[in-house]
Amino acid sequence: MSDVLRVNPITCEGHGLCAELLPELIRLDDWGYPIIDQPDVPPGLERLARRAADACPTLALLLERRERAADRR
Amino acid sequence: VISTARPLLPRLLAGLDASGDPMTLADHERVHGPMPSIGAEELVDAVEHSGLRGRGGADFPTAVKLRSVAASRRRPTLIVNGSETEPASAKDRLLLSRLPHLVLDGAVLVASTIGAREVLVHLGERAITSHAGLAGALAVRDDRVPVGVVAGPEGYVTGEETAVIAHLNGSAPVPTFVPPRPYERGYRGRPTLVQNPETLAQIALVARRGPIWYRELGTEADPGSVLMTVSGAVREPGVYELAFGSSLASLLGAAGGPTEPLRALLIGGYFGTWVDAERITGIRLARRELQSVGCSLGAGVLIALGESACGLHESVRIFSYLAAASAGQCGPCVYGLEAISDELMRVADGAATRDSLERIRRWSGDVRGRGACHHPDGAVRFLDSALRVFAEEIADHHRSRCRAASASLPFGRATAGVRR
Repeated sequence: MSDVLRVNPITCEGHGLCAELLPELIRLDDWGYPIIDQPDVPPGLERLARRAADACPTLALLLERRERAADRR
Repeated sequence: VISTARPLLPRLLAGLDASGDPMTLADHERVHGPMPSIGAEELVDAVEHSGLRGRGGADFPTAVKLRSVAASRRRPTLIVNGSETEPASAKDRLLLSRLPHLVLDGAVLVASTIGAREVLVHLGERAITSHAGLAGALAVRDDRVPVGVVAGPEGYVTGEETAVIAHLNGSAPVPTFVPPRPYERGYRGRPTLVQNPETLAQIALVARRGPIWYRELGTEADPGSVLMTVSGAVREPGVYELAFGSSLASLLGAAGGPTEPLRALLIGGYFGTWVDAERITGIRLARRELQSVGCSLGAGVLIALGESACGLHESVRIFSYLAAASAGQCGPCVYGLEAISDELMRVADGAATRDSLERIRRWSGDVRGRGACHHPDGAVRFLDSALRVFAEEIADHHRSRCRAASASLPFGRATAGVRR
C-alpha cells in the first residue's frame, strides 16, 4: 500500500523546500509552487517523502495512505 | 379521439405572466396543486426514477446526494445555494424572485426527507428581487421547517459551495480545502446538503406528479426540462425552459433568433467551452452529445457571439475576469491565471512574441488541478476552447490590429475582496 503526496494549495506559500528535498517527485512551477506529476510514492522514496513533508514550513505537503486518498476522488 | 393532452411545456415556468411580480401562493397552488404529502423514501425513489441531476453546474445525480446526507448520523442542514455568481446565468434569480413557492416547496420537502432541522437560502446581497420574492413568500407560508435567508457577498467564487458554507460559518467567503466535503462536515460542522434552486423546483414537481410524468419530456439519458439563460447576439435574451434533447437551434429560436450571423457559441458559462457556429446545427441539449464536442451545460448558460465581434478579444476579457476573480488563496491560481491573462492580452494586442502561445499552453497545463477549488481548472478549460475555436483570429492578430466592437457580454463583479 503506497503513500500518496498531496499539497494543500491554500496553506502552501511556495517556499520550495519540498522540491529541493524530493526532486524525484516534486518540481516547481514558474512561480515557485510545487507540481506533483506522480502522487504515488514509489518504494524506496518513502523516507525522503516523509522528510519533505515534515520540512514544509507551512505543513502544506501531505503524505497520506493510499486508501484514504482514494476516498477523496 | 378527444385529445386531453395538456401542453408539456412550460413546467417550472408555468403560470408566469408578464407582470414581473412574484407568483402568489394562491396562483402557485392553482397552477401546480397543493403541497403534496410524500414520505422520505418515496420522495428519494421518485427523484431517483426521474433521473434528476443537480442544476448548479456539477450535474450530479440528485438522489445519490439525498441518500448520502439522509444516511448521516448527525442532523443535517439544507442550504439552498442561490448565489448564482456566474455572470451569464439568471435562472436562479428568476425562480427566487418570481416563483419562490416552487423553490420553497422543494426545499421543505427535501428538508423533511433528510431530517434537516433548518433550511438556509444563501443569496447574493445585490439580488434585491430574489430577497423580496422570498421574503414575500415566507411571510404567507406555514412550513414545518424554519427557513432562513442569508445575504452573501457578490463575486465569482463566493458561490462555490464550500465558500458558501465558509461564509455561513462566519469565515471569509472563499473555497476551503476538501475533504471534508460539505455532506460530511459543512455548516456548523454538521452534514450539509447544498442544492441549487432549480434542482429544488424540479423536485417540487416530481413530488407532485411523479417520475413517469417527469420523463414525458426529454430523452432517456436526460429526462425532463431545463432552464437555459441565453444572452449575447440574440433578439430576446432571457431565461427559457426547454426539454432536454432540444436542438441548440431551437434554443436560439426561443430567444428570438440571432441578431446577426453567429461566429460561435459559449456553452456552460464562463467555465464553459466555445463551439464553432458551424458545428452547432444538429447539437442537442443532451449530456453525451455536448460531451462529444467537449461541452457541458454548466448551470444552463448559452452565449451567442456574432460575426461582428472578435472571439479572441471577448475570450481575453472573460479570461482576465476569471483571473481577477480568483479567491486569492492558492499560488498557482493567483499567479498562474494572472500570467496567462497578461500574455493573452499581448496576443490580442498584436504584441505577442513567437513563444507566447506555447507559454500560455504550458502555463494552462501547469495550473490545472492545482487550486483548492476548480476555479483554475474551469478557467483553463474555457481558454483551451478559445484557443481552438479562434485559432484563425489569433493568427490574424499577429498581422493586423483588431477593430471589432465589443460584444457587451454580461459581467458581474469579479472579486470577493479577500487577501492578496
